[in-house]
Amino acid sequence: MTGLQDRLTPEQVEAFGREMDELRQRIVADLGKEDVDYIQNLIRTQRALEVVGRGLLFAGFFPPAWIAGVGALSLSKILDNMEIGHNVMHGQYDWTRIPELSSQRFEWDTLAPAENWRHSHNYVHHTYTNVLDKDRDIGYGILRMDEGQKWHPYYLGNPVYATLLAIFFQWGVMLHDLEVEKVLKGERKVSELKEVRARILRKAGRQLGKDYLLFPALTGPLAPLTFLGNATANLTRNLWAFAIIFCGHFPADVESFTEEETENETRGQWYLRQILGSANIEGGKLFHILSGNLSHQIEHHLFPDIPARRYPEIAGEVRAICAKYGLPYHAGPLRKQLASVAKKIVKLALPGGRSEPSPEPEPATVKRERELTAA
Amino acid sequence: MAVQVPRRLRRGARGRARSLASLAEALLTPHGMDRYLELLDPMLVRREIRGVVTAVRRQTADTVTLTVRPSRAWRGFSAGQYVRVSVDIDGVRRTRCYSPTCSEHGGQLELTVKAQENGLVSGHLHRHAAPGMVLGLSQPAGEFTLPAPRPRRVLLISGGSGITPVLSMLRTLVDEGHRGEVVFLHYANTAADVLYGAELTELAQRHPGLRVVLAYTHERGGDLHGFFEPAQLREVAPWYREAQTYLCGPLPLLDSVRATFGSEGLSEQLHTEEFTPPPVPADGAAHGQVRFTHSGREIANSGKPLLEQAEDAGLRPEHGCRMGICFSCTKVKTSGCVRNARTGELSPEDNVEIQLCISVPVGDVEINA
Ligand code: FES
Repeated sequence: MTGLQDRLTPEQVEAFGREMDELRQRIVADLGKEDVDYIQNLIRTQRALEVVGRGLLFAGFFPPAWIAGVGALSLSKILDNMEIGHNVMHGQYDWTRIPELSSQRFEWDTLAPAENWRHSHNYVHHTYTNVLDKDRDIGYGILRMDEGQKWHPYYLGNPVYATLLAIFFQWGVMLHDLEVEKVLKGERKVSELKEVRARILRKAGRQLGKDYLLFPALTGPLAPLTFLGNATANLTRNLWAFAIIFCGHFPADVESFTEEETENETRGQWYLRQILGSANIEGGKLFHILSGNLSHQIEHHLFPDIPARRYPEIAGEVRAICAKYGLPYHAGPLRKQLASVAKKIVKLALPGGRSEPSPEPEPATVKRERELTAA
Repeated sequence: MAVQVPRRLRRGARGRARSLASLAEALLTPHGMDRYLELLDPMLVRREIRGVVTAVRRQTADTVTLTVRPSRAWRGFSAGQYVRVSVDIDGVRRTRCYSPTCSEHGGQLELTVKAQENGLVSGHLHRHAAPGMVLGLSQPAGEFTLPAPRPRRVLLISGGSGITPVLSMLRTLVDEGHRGEVVFLHYANTAADVLYGAELTELAQRHPGLRVVLAYTHERGGDLHGFFEPAQLREVAPWYREAQTYLCGPLPLLDSVRATFGSEGLSEQLHTEEFTPPPVPADGAAHGQVRFTHSGREIANSGKPLLEQAEDAGLRPEHGCRMGICFSCTKVKTSGCVRNARTGELSPEDNVEIQLCISVPVGDVEINA
């Protein structure tokens, strides 16, 4: 495997970083009313879907109403979590200075409190993307998702854990913030987690209360149907979010890095790591919106604070820059990416990994550069 | 008077309304009721305050006067206070402070805005304000208010658009049937620049205790001519030493009146309000002071990003990536101007959120950290 450092020469990394910075600058300068209108329309759509979905469940005795209600509510939760919540909480709309769009104030319709998630995701995951032992999103402390993670008989259950994680994804994200594995390893004290835990209890209480107590109770004799409907909507959102997120980070060619490799990283090297550590999912416009544009995971990781609706528009350019520097740009349709992730989950359940380095050709750019010097 | 509702019944109804509201909040978690109500009508919000413009008039070429009906959370104001008014311009919410010009009695607000040269918000309102426009409002703030009970003798001095808070005081006193003496001394460039001229004249005619004095600095024809001079005080309000004086206007006027009152040992009786426009940052070397209000620390601006300066001052503000991507270091800048190290963009506005790790202070800055 090629190390991060020998991908490009220092000059190349710098030039590459500059191109990325310029691209970013151009979009930032262009942000305006259209971007705000877009997200506000989306919020309006999401709220309408939610109201309609909840409303239809009051007629849940009529099967088509139940199905439509669950559908609307699932869509509402997906939009809320993906294109709205995830992106707003990344600070993508902080420049608008509109309090409802402030990364610091937004709260989403899922168990994990925004405050906890902002730390585990915006900071830890986005700063240390795919750095082993630093990025806690590699396997979420549950799965073996990278060959660099040492095998243990526990990982024989990998496919089972993955299935369970997909089903209970919102619970997984919520508990993820507790950093249980760090506590077990003695790296963190339980007392340090008091605040995180208090926030979880507060938020989860409200979320569970509304979905599994209040709304069912309000529908009176239909309570079991409403309960089931809400559970189904949560499940749909869970499976979808899991699929999108795993396809963005764990298809076969995505690389991971060691802490030593990423020490004293420059901005250019950071950009480089984001590209090597992410994968895109190809699809239509609606698919991109429903995935929160995390189908443009590469662009998202390069520019996490640029409004996601801009990712499709810059994807071609990012791709061209990658080609220019001989860098891979992982992308594929959902089917292919899902299959690749599933294969990895199964394969990594068994021992095996970095001990047998795969012979890989030297990266083209470096070689070309060397040839040039030789000539 | 309407039919009296028995006390207990009323409280019962209010209690029911309150528990209904909290049930709705629980059902609409995590976004809360306002986020749904505003989709039906932006004025339906319960927690936030908004105001809908009901009338617009233009008294002078460069001002616009708005009548605004605030939403239900508005609890009224005291004459002389200001409110923060927000409008969205090109996708960005901009906020400025304006003092209502109306009496504090009555549920409406009247705002008079002077279009400043290059003024983003004032220019926008001047050009686009129309009935139906919805503004964001804050609860009122400010200490520049009349005491209770009202002083018997009141001298109100203003210059230019500084008329707004003192006019509010005057209208409030009139509404209250104030029995004492009030002198309203206003400085304007020319007669054409006088705001509320006709109303002031009419008020003075109706109220024997009120004297309105108009001073023109750039032309003759007013009651007085030229800039403020101490002698003018003796002329228009010979009793000013026994009065409470309220003053608002441009800095030179404030300075000369302050100096006069100071030299006579009357500073205690002089109350002033300044409107300072956002500072225009000077380029070049780091200067000014950085104040962290929450902890009370203050250090000289070293030109480094604020996160580092805070750490140099012995604080440990929350942070993550230190490179502008994670937003963990976001804090409210209460005053001053900062430059975004990544984009070069300046933010001179008060009370905006900034990322400490990529914000460099330009001159004096106050951070709520
Ligand atoms: S510390 Fe991450 S944005 Fe400032």
